Amino acid sequence: MLQNFIDAYSPDNLRYLFGGLGITILVSVISIIGSFIIGSVLGVIRYVKIKYVSAIVGFIIDVIRNLPLLLILFFTYFGLPNLGVKPEIIPAAILAMTIFESMMLAEIVRSGIQAVDPGQMEGARANGLTYWQGLWHIVLPQALVKMIPAIVSQFISLVKDTSLATIILLPEMLFRSQIIYGQNTNYIIPMFVAIALMYFIVCYLLSLLASYLEKRQA
Amino acid sequence: MIHIFQAYGGTLLYGLGQTLLCSFIALVFSLIIGTLFALLEESPSKVARHCARAYIELFRNIPLLVITMFFYVVFPLYVVKMNGFTAGTIGLTLYTSSFIAETVRAGIQSVDPGQMEGSRANGLTYWQAMRYIVLPQAFRYVIPPLGNQFVNLVKNSSTLAFVGGFDLMYQGNVIASSSLQTMAAYASVGVLYLIITMPISYYMRYLEKRLA
Repeated sequence: MLQNFIDAYSPDNLRYLFGGLGITILVSVISIIGSFIIGSVLGVIRYVKIKYVSAIVGFIIDVIRNLPLLLILFFTYFGLPNLGVKPEIIPAAILAMTIFESMMLAEIVRSGIQAVDPGQMEGARANGLTYWQGLWHIVLPQALVKMIPAIVSQFISLVKDTSLATIILLPEMLFRSQIIYGQNTNYIIPMFVAIALMYFIVCYLLSLLASYLEKRQA
Repeated sequence: MIHIFQAYGGTLLYGLGQTLLCSFIALVFSLIIGTLFALLEESPSKVARHCARAYIELFRNIPLLVITMFFYVVFPLYVVKMNGFTAGTIGLTLYTSSFIAETVRAGIQSVDPGQMEGSRANGLTYWQAMRYIVLPQAFRYVIPPLGNQFVNLVKNSSTLAFVGGFDLMYQGNVIASSSLQTMAAYASVGVLYLIITMPISYYMRYLEKRLA
């Protein structure tokens, strides 16, 4: 048994697995940045209540939030070619993650803005700022600080969810571990231990960060 | 999309049934396990608290798919043979139970400590006070987040598709590849998911507002 572990963790295999971790992190980081931008815009639109537009945006957010991410992955990778667009694997994964996480972040942004004392906006308006100036310079910066722990938690689920992209053959950790234990069934347990540990370390550190940020605010 | 429902209605309904069945089983068991670990984490014993913490952190920080694959790939080799549905449901239960434990613990903490002190002063033991005084009050706060967990559970049950669990997502793939109309097939599957998840999440938002 021990020998299996030693053989399985050969330098080549480890390098291959860590490469998978790199892809996981690459996809997660690009997606979280993209979805932060899109999510902020959508969250603000939902919050400010523009006639019709906010209702439609709100409905779209609710629809996508209530679908499984896996389904959105299938849409982008297997569905889009039906419409004439054929994305590569990594862009397809990033696109699906960004679409899904944008909606999650839109909700976080909206509740972050709602958590800011309405007196801030009233004060800004009373001091001669327009509604949008008040929102941009006074309310949003305060809301952002309140949102950070929730965004970090969302990033944790994003990192975990990238494992779903094995189904479209994204070469991340889980996918690569399957390739390694596909060559030698003795490696199955060592591989599961390795990827569980890698995910655990990354996500646990992030969750410590989230709870530290939360405590500092309180 | 309509002709997908006409041609494959039975398959889709069967998948929907499997998805709901697996979600309900996972909900019941993860509620039991989650509450148990929440109680352990709030208990006076230091050892129990550490064990509960370890369990919760372990299953919260490993992707659901890795847990499910572990039961699907490793268990049949060394322990006991199981089909995709069972492996998927076990994975979902363990994964969700760690989130439910956190939710229930937050609920327990939101109950005024005076409730526990009062019941202890009236002669109840710690566990009696927990069972009859604190938990019933905690569950009132916990219902909206638990509903949201159920929505997550239904969405996460799509991982059964990886292990041949014959759930809605799995059937969607089968239909997509046999009808060659991928967009229509996945859209039909999406509509069925939304029929379950949207009403629950709207109702939970309403409850949240009423409780606040």
